[in-house]
Amino acid sequence: MARPWESAPGVPFYRDPKYRGIALQIGLCAALAYLAYAAIQTAADNLARSHVASGFGFWNVIAGFDISQTLIDYSPQTSTYGRAFWVGLLNTLVVAALGIALATILGFAIGIGRLSKNFLVERLATCYVELIRDVPLLLQLLFWYNAVLKALPEFAASFTLPGGVLLNNRGLFLPRPSFADSSYFLAMLAVALVFAVVFNKMATRSKSIWGATGVRAAFTLLIVVGLPVAIVIVSGAPLAFDYPQVGRFNVRGGLEVLPEFVALVLGLVIYTAAFIAEVVRAGLMSVSRGQTEAAQALGLTRMQTLGLIVIPQAMRVIIPPLTNQYLNLTKNSSLAVAIGYPDLVQVFAGTVANQTNQPVEIIALTMLVYLSFSLITSLVMNFYNARYALVER
Amino acid sequence: MDAPTAATPTKSTPLAYVRTAPAAAVSPPLATVGVLAWLREYLFPNVSSSVMTVLIILLLIWTVPPLIDFLIVDAVWTGSDRDACLATAERPVVGACWAFIADRFAFIVYGSYPIAGRWRVDLFFAMLAFGTVWLLWLEAPRRDIGAIYFFAVLPVASFLVLHGFAPVGLAVVDTALWGGFTVTIVVAAVGIVASLPIGIVLALGRRSKLPAMRLLSTLFIEFIRGVPLITVLFMASVMLPLFVPDYWSPDKLVRALVGVALFSSAYMAEVVRAGLQAMPKGQYEAAYALGLSYWQTLRLIILPQALKVTIPNIVNSYIALFKDTTLVFFVGIFDFLKTIEVSRADPQWATPVTSTTGYIFAALVYFVCCYAMSRYATGIETRLSTGEKQ
Repeated sequence: MARPWESAPGVPFYRDPKYRGIALQIGLCAALAYLAYAAIQTAADNLARSHVASGFGFWNVIAGFDISQTLIDYSPQTSTYGRAFWVGLLNTLVVAALGIALATILGFAIGIGRLSKNFLVERLATCYVELIRDVPLLLQLLFWYNAVLKALPEFAASFTLPGGVLLNNRGLFLPRPSFADSSYFLAMLAVALVFAVVFNKMATRSKSIWGATGVRAAFTLLIVVGLPVAIVIVSGAPLAFDYPQVGRFNVRGGLEVLPEFVALVLGLVIYTAAFIAEVVRAGLMSVSRGQTEAAQALGLTRMQTLGLIVIPQAMRVIIPPLTNQYLNLTKNSSLAVAIGYPDLVQVFAGTVANQTNQPVEIIALTMLVYLSFSLITSLVMNFYNARYALVER
Repeated sequence: MDAPTAATPTKSTPLAYVRTAPAAAVSPPLATVGVLAWLREYLFPNVSSSVMTVLIILLLIWTVPPLIDFLIVDAVWTGSDRDACLATAERPVVGACWAFIADRFAFIVYGSYPIAGRWRVDLFFAMLAFGTVWLLWLEAPRRDIGAIYFFAVLPVASFLVLHGFAPVGLAVVDTALWGGFTVTIVVAAVGIVASLPIGIVLALGRRSKLPAMRLLSTLFIEFIRGVPLITVLFMASVMLPLFVPDYWSPDKLVRALVGVALFSSAYMAEVVRAGLQAMPKGQYEAAYALGLSYWQTLRLIILPQALKVTIPNIVNSYIALFKDTTLVFFVGIFDFLKTIEVSRADPQWATPVTSTTGYIFAALVYFVCCYAMSRYATGIETRLSTGEKQ
């Protein structure tokens, strides 16, 4: 804000805001520099006295501890701390990706439900949001893990869910698809991709409901996932499922999902969906009523109004806070440490930091990872805003 | 101009969404008032909505009665150990074990604070409640003194009362003994008291036209907001003792408090900045035209207005802070949630329903606190918007 008396003639330099500002900044920088210098000096003294190694030399040292969920090859005898870092990072990313996908679906459903004219739907959605938002996530995670998943029956008395899924206190056991001939499946996938691209090209120009971004995205997903699956199921042969079986000492076969993973995803999805619902509600409410009325006056059906008129305009308001919620979910996945899911914080900032006794480097690196997530997201958001921001003429 | 332009629809180029025939007349409604009309309008307006209504009613029938049975009908209200809450032949179904909460209540509230000194904790709660009401009740007299009391007197007095001060005869109680709901309130209160002033300074710094100020504030805010609270707490508890000389080495609780205060001020700064941005430029210009200095302008013109419109958001960030206090659990502080965790693992009360009871009780306490704050924020918002409407 320009100040009228700035550098006016006759003002002595020590009363001139310009020189005062410069002096203030120099003072502040000097004070901070001194503080940083003193802190680093003290830290160096303290570290030297306690004979703690510094630097990242531990990166290539054999880790020697086991991790309960590894997406890449890892063994306690041969893998290094660096490898453990990647294992933890991948586990964090898996939880975040699955959590984001499910929380978006649930959050949109509840957000649209809050604006429903149906009294019960609106009440139920409101109660969900109020209840979930006002209870700490950590408490919810502990509840799902200790009071729900750990209280499930032993493996011998597993719940059998539809589709051959088993659920017991050792986790969730899914049928594992196994392909006799994977090239066949890949070919199917390629066909589906081509089909999806062609569909998108045609649908973009369409003025019907198929032209709506949301409908298009959902249908594209359906083609890419559904088509290969449908063909494989119809033609039968090359796809077989390895179903989990209750054995004498444990569950054999199938795809094992840790109870910690289930609890973490469940907790994160339920918690974040409440916040996403509020974002969606605010976005839908930001589209003026006149838009809906005009669409109806033109004879568009309710679905067309929502899909072609309201949601595309609401997305402009929804996307920035929505990405913020995605980031929050990713950061909140660090609470995994409370229930023992081996994410980045539990494996790296927990076990590795304890074993190497070099918490400073390790916590700094962990922070750097989360910081880079949010920096990348901000960059993408800036790009998005530049492209889709409302152009006012 | 006789030739129709491209934009004008003619008979030869019909538009898909324009009606070609008049819409059919709608028959008059059977009823517009009364129970039946309400049911038709809000529960069964069309097929899909009716299906949803029926599904939700089924869901409620399936979940609500068992929940009430568990919480109230089958619940155990009295007892001194686990036997009270175990299923027996004459009582095969056991609901919530409230006797366990009643038995552990003092531990959950005071932690391991010496029994003889519990009145000091009560006194702290009373002083805090007094200050809170003074500030939140908008018609209360002399709220400026209330603010001084809350932000300056209360922190010092609370420290003296809780920690102890030998000259006035209060024995020192080590922070390692503090625990339970007391610590949750202490952490939340320190976060609340510290985050607003630091947040205002950071927000002003970020909007300052001095480049070094702006850069430093922005770096701090974006750094803290980009990392999870748990890593900030780890950093505070591990690195703080490294960076200060031995004789200053802060105790565990202080380290956690520093972490929480830094974290919440970064979020508060963004909330305050939004409020500052909502101030029209004319307010600054008018103030400068009157000859007010930068600080006078802020103190007398900008901040009172900006903070007023931001009150709902400030309260919302306090709600987030209150929920985040549970994370001090990870750096070995004995907060409310930790006392629940310890109590439910106590063999004296080990039953199949103990964990669930403990978590439901904790959820209830957090819900009541946060819901009260959010109602207050909504109330203020409504009040402010009425003032704006005129």
